[in-house]
Amino acid sequence: MPVSAGMTSKEQEIHTIRSIFTKQSQSALQLFFLIALSIVLMVMDRHVDKFRFIREALSFPLAPLQYAVSWSAKQVSYLKKTVSSHDDLVQENVELKAERLLLRAKLQRFIAIETENNYLKTLSQSSRQIQGKTLIAELLNVDSEPFVNQVVLDKGMRNNVYIGQPVFDAYGVMGQVIQAGPISSRIMLINDPRSGVAVQSVRNGVRAIAMGDGYSNNLKLIYITKTADIKVGDLFLTSGLGDRYPEGYPVGKVLSVSKDPAHQFASIYLQPSAHLDSSRQVLLVWYQKHVSTP
Amino acid sequence: MSARPNFVAILITVVFALILTLLPMPTWTVWLRPSWVLLVLIYWAISAPHLMGIGTAWTIGLIVDLLSGTILGEHALAFTLLIYFVSRLSLRLRMYPLPQQGMSILIFILLYQFILYCIQGFLGELPTSNLYWLSSITSVLLWPWLFVMMRDFQRWFRIM
Repeated sequence: MPVSAGMTSKEQEIHTIRSIFTKQSQSALQLFFLIALSIVLMVMDRHVDKFRFIREALSFPLAPLQYAVSWSAKQVSYLKKTVSSHDDLVQENVELKAERLLLRAKLQRFIAIETENNYLKTLSQSSRQIQGKTLIAELLNVDSEPFVNQVVLDKGMRNNVYIGQPVFDAYGVMGQVIQAGPISSRIMLINDPRSGVAVQSVRNGVRAIAMGDGYSNNLKLIYITKTADIKVGDLFLTSGLGDRYPEGYPVGKVLSVSKDPAHQFASIYLQPSAHLDSSRQVLLVWYQKHVSTP
Repeated sequence: MSARPNFVAILITVVFALILTLLPMPTWTVWLRPSWVLLVLIYWAISAPHLMGIGTAWTIGLIVDLLSGTILGEHALAFTLLIYFVSRLSLRLRMYPLPQQGMSILIFILLYQFILYCIQGFLGELPTSNLYWLSSITSVLLWPWLFVMMRDFQRWFRIM
């Protein structure tokens, strides 16, 4: 009896030891496999265009979580607003009314100019529409890693959002849609290193490409020769040449110009006109350059 | 005891951590947000290593990637490596007194941030400020509270 008991305990011991070792080697193998899988995923995500469908499909079940967080954050801010004092609201109302009057006055002028412009464009057989369909969308109140230059919108393919669609806020170009789910979409801001906007100077019409700069959160004009006439404070608008953004929306103001003899090109930084980190409401624009006006 | 309630308990804590990750905060706290999900995963890997495998960590990392818009596989890779190390050391970590445990957590979180930093470096999208590393400090400062709360939660769910 004791002998057999000893045997079984020893067997058990061997069994546990064996199971520990096999488990560890298994888990090392699993680790290797998962790391390899992650690396494959990263490479595919960056280099395979069709991969974004998989990404969209996987993101869809997570949209409700984003909506829930956004909704609760909105409730909190609503609560804060309700307890803000009456005087503040009256003050704000007065200011808003004044601003509205000002904007209306400006708009009257613009309407006249726009009609004239459209008329002239039809005269010159231009195929470009000046105003397409627009839709106001709201950013979902969710944060992402601070080094990711993306935001999430509450409009998706249900509202005919498409990939590559330009997005604006009240002050200028925000970015473009890079992922359109059924009920939400993701926007790459113009200061992302992967983003590029074709721009044109207001002052003298110099054309350039504004790339995002990951290090300063600003934009950088690339391939500008040192002889180009660009000064600090120049405003750059979209030129409409990239086929992505419609023409004539503000992109940014020149922040600094440095012409270092050691470099082949001038390095010029733009401060984005859009309030990339504080705008809550944005404008989606349906823009197809080749849509002809009858 | 079946495995189902354990699974539900872990799911609840992870969802809670995901919500804390997404919750909008004032702008000045941008760099201070602790890595909630990783802290929760580390807790489970220390106290119940048989429930928190590296496969689970990888899946949760993928969810974080999808939610935060980082390249697919970035957080998955970091979580997998970290949880592998933590579960290998789980017996030792469980025995450590809280300050020593906190130091180990600091090293783990720094390693995690370093992995993310390297991947972002490969992509050419490095964090714009060195305040990036502050997040590990806030994570460690929150660790004791998180540890106590999670332990109560674990006892409440009777997970051994």
